[in-house]
Amino acid sequence: MEKQGTIIKVSGPLVVAKGMEGARMYEVVRVSEKKLIGEIIGIEGGEASIQVYEETGGIGPGEPVYSTGQTMQVELGPGLLQSIYDGIQRPLPLLQKEAGEYITRGIDVPGLDRKKTWDFKSIKNKGENVTEGDILVEVQETSLIMHKVMVPPGINGSIKEIKSGSHTIKDTIAVITDAEGKDHEISMLQKWPIRNPRPVKDKSIPSKPLVSGTRILDTLFPLAKGGAGCIPGPFGAGKTVTQQTLAKYCDAEIIVYIGCGERGNEMTDVLMEFPELEDPNTGEKLMKRTVMVANTSNMPVAAREASIYTGVTIAEYYRDMGYDVALMADSTSRWAEALREMSGRLEEMPGEEGYPAYLGSRTAQFYERSGTVKCLGANDDREGSLTLIGAVSPPGGDLSEPVTQNTLRVTKVFWGLDAKLAYRRHFPAINWLTSYTLYNDNIKDFWKNEIAEDFEEYRTQAMGILQEEAKLEEIVRLVGMEALSPKERLTLETAKSLREDFLFQNAFDKIDAYTPLKKQYWMLKSILNVAHHAQKVIEHEDFNFDELLALPVMERVAKCKNIDPDKEDEFKKLWEDTEREIMGLQKA
Amino acid sequence: MQKEYKSIKSIAGPLVMIEGVEDITYEELVEITTASGDVRLGKVLEARQGMAVAQMFESSQGLGAEGSKARFLGKSLQLGVSKDMLGRIFDGRGRPIDGGADIIPEKKIDINGNPLNPNARDYPSDFYQTGISTIDCMNTLVRGQKLPIFSGAGLPHARLAAQIARQAKVVKVDDEGNIKEGSGNEENFAVVFAAMGVTFEEAEYFTNEFKKTGAIERSVLYINTADDPVVERIATPRMALTAAEYLAFEKGMHVLVILTDLTNYCEALREVSAARKEVPGRRGYPGYLYTDLATLYERAGRVKGKEGSITQIPILTMPEDDITHPIPDLTGYITEGQIVLARDLHAQGIYPNINVLPSLSRLKDKGIGPGKTREDHSGVMNQLFAAYARGKEVRELAVILGEAALSEADLAFLKFANKFEDVYVRQSENEDRDIIKSLTMGWELLKILPKNELKRVKEEHIAKYMGEDAEADTASDAAPAKEEVPEEEQSATEEEAKAEFSS
Repeated sequence: MEKQGTIIKVSGPLVVAKGMEGARMYEVVRVSEKKLIGEIIGIEGGEASIQVYEETGGIGPGEPVYSTGQTMQVELGPGLLQSIYDGIQRPLPLLQKEAGEYITRGIDVPGLDRKKTWDFKSIKNKGENVTEGDILVEVQETSLIMHKVMVPPGINGSIKEIKSGSHTIKDTIAVITDAEGKDHEISMLQKWPIRNPRPVKDKSIPSKPLVSGTRILDTLFPLAKGGAGCIPGPFGAGKTVTQQTLAKYCDAEIIVYIGCGERGNEMTDVLMEFPELEDPNTGEKLMKRTVMVANTSNMPVAAREASIYTGVTIAEYYRDMGYDVALMADSTSRWAEALREMSGRLEEMPGEEGYPAYLGSRTAQFYERSGTVKCLGANDDREGSLTLIGAVSPPGGDLSEPVTQNTLRVTKVFWGLDAKLAYRRHFPAINWLTSYTLYNDNIKDFWKNEIAEDFEEYRTQAMGILQEEAKLEEIVRLVGMEALSPKERLTLETAKSLREDFLFQNAFDKIDAYTPLKKQYWMLKSILNVAHHAQKVIEHEDFNFDELLALPVMERVAKCKNIDPDKEDEFKKLWEDTEREIMGLQKA
Repeated sequence: MQKEYKSIKSIAGPLVMIEGVEDITYEELVEITTASGDVRLGKVLEARQGMAVAQMFESSQGLGAEGSKARFLGKSLQLGVSKDMLGRIFDGRGRPIDGGADIIPEKKIDINGNPLNPNARDYPSDFYQTGISTIDCMNTLVRGQKLPIFSGAGLPHARLAAQIARQAKVVKVDDEGNIKEGSGNEENFAVVFAAMGVTFEEAEYFTNEFKKTGAIERSVLYINTADDPVVERIATPRMALTAAEYLAFEKGMHVLVILTDLTNYCEALREVSAARKEVPGRRGYPGYLYTDLATLYERAGRVKGKEGSITQIPILTMPEDDITHPIPDLTGYITEGQIVLARDLHAQGIYPNINVLPSLSRLKDKGIGPGKTREDHSGVMNQLFAAYARGKEVRELAVILGEAALSEADLAFLKFANKFEDVYVRQSENEDRDIIKSLTMGWELLKILPKNELKRVKEEHIAKYMGEDAEADTASDAAPAKEEVPEEEQSATEEEAKAEFSS
């Protein structure tokens, strides 16, 4: 590392240095004798503005800046899973070992363990021609995930040498000779600059849902694998619980969870809970498929800005192996605030609410890294997907603020959390009137083929009833329940049943926390069946609403969430009984 | 020998620009001696080649560009800590104001602290009994939590905070649902109190309150009153939290930190930001307000393998009772819940005027239930919440339609809501209700409601804890006996608590 410049100004996380003529944008530099990690975010003449990822107290003008010649990179290779990193990919357990409970400065620890040996098996032979993205060797990273070491992008040629066996990530495991006769040594450890999306062969339109077991999400507002969604909501509405539920139960193969500027205790909760919890899809421990990036609110603000990119690059790497990856970022508002803080210190012209004018383009760049893709590689048709789910914390719950608005422009699913529902202790507090999804058409076929022919119909009907309820409630408030026709009254009752028995879901209850798609359909059908049959009898003169509500089958419908998901028969019986009992009313 | 600079170029509010300086560092302390010989302290906010922008911790009144001398101390603001701090009162910058001698420090610690590694944190899960039903039962506090009080001008947040400081203790409940003998008497308990820009009277109230109960022996007080320099307020909470961290993680004490009033702190921050001509965020507060507040609030918690803990109760007054104002808003995003005080309850003469509906404790789930409090806690809590929410809706409806138009069930909920406020929310300032008593009272209130409306509590718990009917004549022997026990215990624990403070 050679000395390049000299500090001339320090202001919080921003350091300005002179003598930086050879510097490039986003190059990583080491600041002062303490070797703090920084990144160049602006160049003017020989002066460079550097954002420093660690506290800058005690640093002053005159101290040196060292260049590294590299851009900000993450280390990719086996060992990422089950790790917990800070915003610039330093493993937190290692930081604790080096420096104790508090994170101090200038600690340099690698992202991946250099000493650990991994058993791997080559799946290519000597002499074979390979192109970028082809899989060279496979490593069993955890009992759940087969890690695939790929030819790094930009390298094509024939295999001069390839190994199997047990090696560390730094050892050369293959040598590839390119067309010009140059040898490239490949190890399991590869690096990638965090601000550049990893290349893919092709992107396609998402067509499968990301199933999370949360009924309101899966049935009413589904997100597609490879899509992008956002969860805005005021504090206390349950953003983090929703994100964590998704991380626990969604059917992606790899989860990257970014705690970006959030509470320390919340990360601790995830850290202590995930190694214990089992994945409902595989029965294995959740941690085995999870990578965590934790940059809590009191950790340096510049590293918070980087944490989003660190996470998404790791996610892309697993996507390139052909996995379905889901990334949760909690919360992107804190990331935007980090941008604002740096922008302010750079004395840039502010846009709306002090956020920089490029907030919109940065947000779009991030969410566009999602997608269903054909991975690089000549020999197979690997497909992977990366789903991005960002929480947004709008100040005062006001959705008109810039971060929410910019996010809404690029995400296609909106799960709007509502403080009023949370006060009523209706969880998940997702407002069914304001939320929306644009993936409905994409995954219609999936529902039709995998779940039931009429799933879409029931869904539309449920949405209609809930919309209708909002209107009717207005009327009831003004003139009372008596003014409603029996039909309207039935709509209200059905909506209530939908809200209380279908949408309400307890994330802390063992059985209720996860509902498989099929069961969601059965439950929905059970509830709407009541309305369907009742419609035929309510017009009758002698019809008494209380009699309908007192039917024994009504309680069974209300408790249908407790029926075992394997027992379709029980649901079928419920539907038969519903019809019989309600029709019985007519005769009486 | 440090250099003295006479090259002060400009002074703007709390900011001082010094030219021609060499070898200075960011955050370094600077001492400015005025022409009349006063010494004032500040820190470097921006270090440039040949120029430093310093923010004074004291008023810049009487400070002139000419005749003043600046000296850079080469270190950041530090607090000398020692166990002798207990029982002492300091000003907002850590100088004793109780007439006692200076503290002989065991060591000196940078007041800014370092961020705690999330990996080193231990998840808070010990139930912390405050003796206030609406907190204990409905928004349970656990040790290591940061739970702010969102108040408004003229509301009794100070009395509430003092009551919590007086009564807070960890109690253990045995399998039978009784509070274990002797639990709650802890030796290693301390209170750190920081007042920022409060009136003399409010500061005096706290000091007297601590003195009266003897709690002062276990307390460290930092007082910055409304007439003290505004910028000093930025250092005050950091002093307090540094002291708390020392006591908690080096001396193994359980520290309760009360910070009042965060609104004044944020105003001070805004003042400095405006003087620096920074681009303002919402309502003129600096864009880094969230980050800055986080560096205070996140200093609460527990550390794996360490005995002590820091529990934070910051108090803030919401301007115009507006919960969407940036200060309560950003606070709510960082802290683990909030206790919201209601003006209408206060107007009805109900103390403590906690509005339970918007209040929340995010960490309650791990601190309640069998082994911590009692098996029925979660059910009772949810049922009380749901019933009170419905009761309040009915009350609004009654205003429009009249009570005559209400159904029987609705009337029961209305009655419940009124009684809930009158009996459950209301308690006297010296009333230390233990958790068992709070739960029992909750069951008592639920008897008002029709039984088929009790959907959130388990059947078996209804049978076990509710008894057969309200008269309790025909109830089983167990139920009334259970109700008796806590009352005796309660007075006993009250005495114990007093004894604990005066010892």
